[in-house]
Amino acid sequence: MSKFKKKKKGMPGISTASLPDIVFMLLFFFMVTTVMRETELKIKKPTLPKATEIKKLERKSLVSYIYVGKVKDQNGDKIQLNDRIADVKDVKYFIFAERETHPEDEIPLLTTSIKADIATNVGTITDIKEELRNINALKINYSTLKGNVMDNVK
Amino acid sequence: MAKRDVPEINAGSMADIAFLLLIFFLVTTTMDVDTGISRKLPEKQPDDMPEPPKLKEKNVFVVTVNRNNDILVEGETFMTIDKIRDEAAKFIDNGGGLGNPIDGAEPAECDWCEGAKDPASSDHPNKAIISLESDRGTSYGTYISVQNELVGAYTDLRNRLSEKMYGVSYTQMLKDQSNSPNNETLKERISLIKGKYPQIISEAEPTK
Repeated sequence: MSKFKKKKKGMPGISTASLPDIVFMLLFFFMVTTVMRETELKIKKPTLPKATEIKKLERKSLVSYIYVGKVKDQNGDKIQLNDRIADVKDVKYFIFAERETHPEDEIPLLTTSIKADIATNVGTITDIKEELRNINALKINYSTLKGNVMDNVK
Repeated sequence: MAKRDVPEINAGSMADIAFLLLIFFLVTTTMDVDTGISRKLPEKQPDDMPEPPKLKEKNVFVVTVNRNNDILVEGETFMTIDKIRDEAAKFIDNGGGLGNPIDGAEPAECDWCEGAKDPASSDHPNKAIISLESDRGTSYGTYISVQNELVGAYTDLRNRLSEKMYGVSYTQMLKDQSNSPNNETLKERISLIKGKYPQIISEAEPTK
């Protein structure tokens, strides 16, 4: 018996011991970046219009969303605030509630993003805008996708 | 007593568990970026406001969208959406007269305009007002398209002027600014260009 064993020939297997670490790293990345949708859509998912002159909304914590669209088997445009269908008159309470959650100095920066379906009537949007004007929430953003405007009228 | 070995926990399935979680988060993640047309609503005026000064009709560019989504410009020409942009730019850039005084200086002509200087059209970019009239029954898609084109007209003019003055387009300057928000020269240039072509779009109350 020799003191020195002959070394095994062949390729050593790649160690998978660090695989969990890599996977965990990815996992944490996704866990941190994931934004769980806070509101469930009660209206039909709005088809947003397309536009070219768009701006990105920075600082999402300052944005409150108003959804406008149709509800299944019902006529007319419906407005969704948080996770329920609401009336135009409720818009102001919704904004007040949003303001409560922000410090005083951020209030003028608050933006209201209107996510409205392409087939909505302008009248509904105007009513919302009028409500927003009444309570001095003047920064708004018509949510649109990037694309050709001619697609909106087809 | 014999020393008993504590059996090690097999960590081999750790990767599987982590993968499972990873896939769950991968699936639920939505990486949507919110984009849109930003506008500022006019402030609510008190009821006892004095009448606003009358504007010369030639300084107002009226775009009307009716409930059938037809677009009427200046109350006489029907137009498709793709034409509005150029037509609006032509109107803003006309420069047919003297503008509003800037910083207390004498009213001056628009020396950066390249328009036709038609006396029947707008005097000056800072006097030119675009008025968008809509109907309650207009579809939101058309409305946004028209808004987009009107904003686009301003962007085109600003880009052109910026290219001429600094060799960079206005859109590019805005992009650069978001990357380096403390660049003072850039800020100055942007506000200068903005001042030369101020965006004046008024939205009238919709007709019933």
